[in-house]
Formats: sequence, structure tokens, C-alpha cells
Amino acid sequence: MYLLAIDWFFIIEKLILIALVVTLSMIVAMYATYGERKVAAFIQDRIGPDRAGPFGILQPLADGGKLFFKEEIIPLASSKFLFVLGPILAMVTALLTSAVIPWGSPAVVAGRTVPLQVADINIGILYVFGVVSLGVYGMMIGGWASNNKFSLLAAIRGASQMISYELAMGLTLIAVLMLTGSLQMSVIVQTQLDSGWNIIYQPLGFLIFFICALAECNRTPFDLPEAESELNFGYHQEYSSMKLGFYLFAEYINMFISGVIMATLYLGGYDIPFVNEASWNISPNLLAFISFLVLLLKAFFFVFVFMWIRWTVPRFRFDQLMHLGWKRLVPLALVNMLITALVILWLNK
Amino acid sequence: MGIQYTNRAKPVDRSPMTWVERLYLWNILKGMGITLKHFFKRKPTVKYPEQTRTFAKVFRGLHILNRDEEGRERCTACGLCAVACPAEAITMEAAERQEGEEHLYREEKYAAKYEINMLRCIFCGYCEEACPKDAIYLSQTFTPANYSRKGFIYKKEDLLIPNPVTEPEAYQKALGTINRENKKAEVK
Repeated sequence: MYLLAIDWFFIIEKLILIALVVTLSMIVAMYATYGERKVAAFIQDRIGPDRAGPFGILQPLADGGKLFFKEEIIPLASSKFLFVLGPILAMVTALLTSAVIPWGSPAVVAGRTVPLQVADINIGILYVFGVVSLGVYGMMIGGWASNNKFSLLAAIRGASQMISYELAMGLTLIAVLMLTGSLQMSVIVQTQLDSGWNIIYQPLGFLIFFICALAECNRTPFDLPEAESELNFGYHQEYSSMKLGFYLFAEYINMFISGVIMATLYLGGYDIPFVNEASWNISPNLLAFISFLVLLLKAFFFVFVFMWIRWTVPRFRFDQLMHLGWKRLVPLALVNMLITALVILWLNK
Repeated sequence: MGIQYTNRAKPVDRSPMTWVERLYLWNILKGMGITLKHFFKRKPTVKYPEQTRTFAKVFRGLHILNRDEEGRERCTACGLCAVACPAEAITMEAAERQEGEEHLYREEKYAAKYEINMLRCIFCGYCEEACPKDAIYLSQTFTPANYSRKGFIYKKEDLLIPNPVTEPEAYQKALGTINRENKKAEVK
């Protein structure tokens, strides 16, 4: 009797969704490495990897295979447990974030409405921020456990950078939350479907959020934690084989997820721009698929811009980084929040 | 002021940054515009093994030992190439042509052993210049590859051009790699 009381359909549906979302993040991250190399090459007037398969599309598999067959080195002086835990944490936190993202408009399977979201919790965006700040631990533990001063320095830099930029990020987020009135991701998207994208109301907020997202993903010009030229690849210097692969991979997953989150928060999530899809009269499953593709497209656009910036701008110095974070972005975000609050108050009086 | 080499010299601007410059954003956008322009530019890449670019006529690649029109080896093992070689990459052993070998060797003396160490060779082409018998040329072939260092010591068999009498096709192909017509004119 007890087993019958459990909604098995619900559990299976969620399990399938989880599997799909994780696979999607993995595949996108895999091809982001290929995309990165291609974008870098094209910007530098080269053509990039084109040997493995047509146009080199098998390159990520070759890279992955190479990483698997590399020698696993765990430094003797390292703390072994933490050394292994570091990349695991980085990977897990990167994958966890995707749980609360609404990937598309609800589909209908066997007469049931299936929301394309693993968990629609009412503190969705807070959950994202919580998990993202856990990402610091992957870096910190990796750098610490390596027992290498350069790794440690890089990890400390990285941790301080992430904490500083999370602050400005959170402050811009408050302005968004004032507009939508909810922390729930599905509600945030729904309000944008009804009243227009948040980027129209929050252009400055979006800019600050974007800059902070760059810093959170450790992308150039904020890639101080892994500054290749100064810190010999930073916190993952002592890592080899797939443990290194996990760190690099986690970075690309983070990039993709932050693209999706920016699209969800500011570009209307899975909303198809310039059309009213409700009047189309097509099957909800097709609509769900199209809206999912639209969300992916928006996310890919952000990923491309991330890469584009990386191959354009040189790295900040550490004091410049801190200066920008604390003296520019935090006050700007505060002003942005204040103005938003005032305008909302004034309109609702 | 030092020597001016070009008319593109531009004095360093040390004036303090303007407000727009201090914002960074505008300048970063300008930079991104430049990189985007390069993104769509035509790529000068040559996809090497499939595509090759033509070298200059005087390109100095791997050596080739020449034969005359009847397929006889031209080399007489005089050793001038080995003397000229600044890298001391060439070694040879001479032998006397026996009765009945006239179809193999052009003159009475020939190289029984002729080796070039391609790892020592600097491809300067002095051997080609030194050769009085028109016997050694640097071809257009390059990037030798091998599994061991030993494999880079090229024997006479590796260096000899295919026989024009018995393997005319292979000979013509090899001729193409050395651009002989042009170089012969230089030597004569």
C-alpha cells in the first residue's frame, strides 16, 4: 500500500530529466572546449583543430581520451584525500546548479504536464548562488591539498576574487528580485514572459551581472586563479590526467550554466523573442522543444561572448581586480538597486 | 631621439586617462570589434599534408644523387662535397669500376658507400655547389621522419634518383622534386 502512495511517474520523470540535464551539460561543456579552440583560432586568423573527424568535431573525444590515458600523479607531499576531493567538488558543484533552471515551456507526456525543470523550488536563485559559492571549495581544496605555494597562492586569489564578485552579483540580483517579486526561477521567467525581458528594465544590472559572471567563471580578464603565465596554471598545477580534466571541464560547465542563468534572469529564459507563441496553436511538446532550443541559443551566445572576450582582453592585475570589484561594481550595484527600488515605489504609490 | 627606422613611429601618449577610458568598457568594445573583424577574415593557413605551397626554385631540401640519361650514377666519389660540408654530414667510400659495370657507373671510379646524416646536415647546399660532376642536388622534399636516429643516416640507396631507363615514371616524378632544369643552368 505504501509503495502505491508514491507517485512513481513523478520519480521516473524527474530521474529522466536529471539524466538529460547532466548529459546536456556534459556534452555542451565538451563541445565548448572545441568551440573555445575554434573561436580562439578564428580570432587569431587560424582555422583551429580540423584533423579529428570532419571539421575536427571529434577533437573533444580525442582530448578526453588523451586525458584518461595520462599518468595519474598524486604528489607525495599532498594531502591525498583532499587532493582527490578537490576536482570532485568542482565537478559536482558545477553540475548541481542546473537543477533549478527551467529549460523550456512545459511538455505533455501521457496526459501529464511535465515542467522541463528538475526542481522548481521556491528559493531557486538562492540555491544557485549557494551552490556557486560552494564552487570556491573545489578550487581552494585543490590548491591547498597540492602543497605547492603557487597552487595555494592561486587558490587564495581565486577565493578572494569569487567572494568579492559574488557580492556585486548578489546586489544586482536584488534589483531583479524586486521586479519579479519571487526567488522561484519559473516565476522569474513567467514575469518576463508577461511584462518583457528584465534586460530592458535592468541594463546596468545586466552589465554588472555579466562582468561578475565572467569573474565567477574565472574567465579572462578575471582568470587570475589560473593565470598560465604567472602561476603555471594556478590551483590545478599539480593535477594530471582526468583530475585535471575535471577541473577544466567544470570550468566549461560553469560557463554554460552561467550563460543559461543570465539568459533566464535577464533575457526571458526560454521566451521566444518578438512573437507570441501562445497564439501559435502548435502542440505543447513542439513548443517545449522550440523554447528549449531558444534558451540554448541564448546560452550559446553568452558562451561565445565569454570566449570572444577571453581572446580580446588581457588579464587584470590583482589590485585592479579588487579595485574594480569593490570600488566600482559594488557601489554601482547598490545605486542600481536603490534606483530600482525608488522607481518601483514611485510607480506603485 | 634615436634612429628612425620607419615613418610609423608614434610618441607614447602619457596624458592621464579620460573618463571614457577609465570606464574601460568602450575600449574593450573597440578591441572586441577588432577581434570580430579578424574572426571573419580569410585564413592564410595551408592545410599541410593535403595542400602544399610551392617553394622557391632555390629551395634546399633533402639530397638526391643524380644519374645521367642512360641511368648511370654520376658520382665519382671525389669527396669534394664532403670537404665542402660545414656540418661534416657526408661520408663516402670509393671503389673502382670493374669490367662489365659500365652501364652502372659513368666513370671509372664510383662511390661504393655514400651516406648523409640528415640530422647533421644543415641544408646549406655547399655540396651541390662543390660537385664537379653534377651528381648531387638538394630536392624540394623536406621533413624527413623516422623512428630512430639511425634511420636518418641516408644510404646511397635512399639518395639515388630512380633509374630513367628502367623506371622512367618514378624518375620523372623525382625530377619534379629537384627542378633540375633550372639548377643545371646555374651549374654550367
